Amino acid sequence: MLISQLRKGVLAVLLNMLLQSGAVLADGAVIAREQCASCHALERPDYDKLGLAERLQRKAPPLYYAGNKYRREWLLQQLQQPERIYPAGYFPLAPVLITEEGDMPDPAALIQHPALTAEQAAEVTDFLMSLRPYDDLIAADNYEPGKVAMRMAMMDFRKFKGCDACHQDAADSGGFSGPSLLNAWRRLQPEFLSSFTQNPRAWDPNSIMPVPQMNEAAIHKLVDYLKLIGGEQ
Amino acid sequence: MRAGRISLFFALFSLAAFFTTANAQEVNGEQIYTVLCTQCHGVQGDGRGINASHMSVQPRSHIDEEEMSARTDQELYKVIEQGGKSINKSVLMPAWGDNLNQAQIEALVKHLRKLCCSN
Repeated sequence: MLISQLRKGVLAVLLNMLLQSGAVLADGAVIAREQCASCHALERPDYDKLGLAERLQRKAPPLYYAGNKYRREWLLQQLQQPERIYPAGYFPLAPVLITEEGDMPDPAALIQHPALTAEQAAEVTDFLMSLRPYDDLIAADNYEPGKVAMRMAMMDFRKFKGCDACHQDAADSGGFSGPSLLNAWRRLQPEFLSSFTQNPRAWDPNSIMPVPQMNEAAIHKLVDYLKLIGGEQ
Repeated sequence: MRAGRISLFFALFSLAAFFTTANAQEVNGEQIYTVLCTQCHGVQGDGRGINASHMSVQPRSHIDEEEMSARTDQELYKVIEQGGKSINKSVLMPAWGDNLNQAQIEALVKHLRKLCCSN
């Protein structure tokens, strides 16, 4: 009798927890579909069918693997007080100005990312962090944070690997078409940084990041550099 | 027997349709150029893309007929596939060989020829 009541009690508590978490996810999903989905893919596009045309139309990074990519605390903050990740907008759809000095980002065309309330942000964060189709890629990654010397690591990033062609690693240094990497360590999960850098196409078949010609140890050093410029050593 | 022929016809038709669609979607040199190359080589192909002003080495102008004529199609294919380092040029030109297949690189080479030398 006592065991039976205990079982019922435990079941009721579990059911309540499930319903509550379900309600939170449902609300976050609804807000995300209403406010995010017009620019961000919340489900995996049919890359095989769409080909590169998908990338030409893409307005913003896909979010269908957000739970494998972002750090929860950063995402929560970003949704409330958005910071610009792509200095010139999302390439190649973002318009550029053709000038005598060459192509320039068009500041007038940069879209201000909408901000959510704290309550909405918490719900959307819960939803987005539940999107984890690439747990296997994260689990397969071997990155362990290490230490690198600033001078050598910067030279490696810029001169030897040429990452600065597309990415900023300082406010006044680096290209515009890739995401700024100044805050990458604060923004992204370390295993994502490592795994994505090794094989961007495994994450995003239409990524415009070249698959790098370097071994795992070299990739890990680059991630350590991002950790260093992100304020950790 | 007749049903078998019809099935075979539809199977072949579907296969042909699949390859035609895949071909149309995948192998479009101009599309590949827009997505991957214009960030450095410029919307007009003049080597002055939005990344160029920060680079230590100026990207190649693909509309410079003289410069481009000095490169064979094989060399262009190689530099796209294996990067600038493969022809003793800058590492800022990455290797796209793991992003693009043979047909895509060939289509890109054709598009480069169109950019530089169609007039």
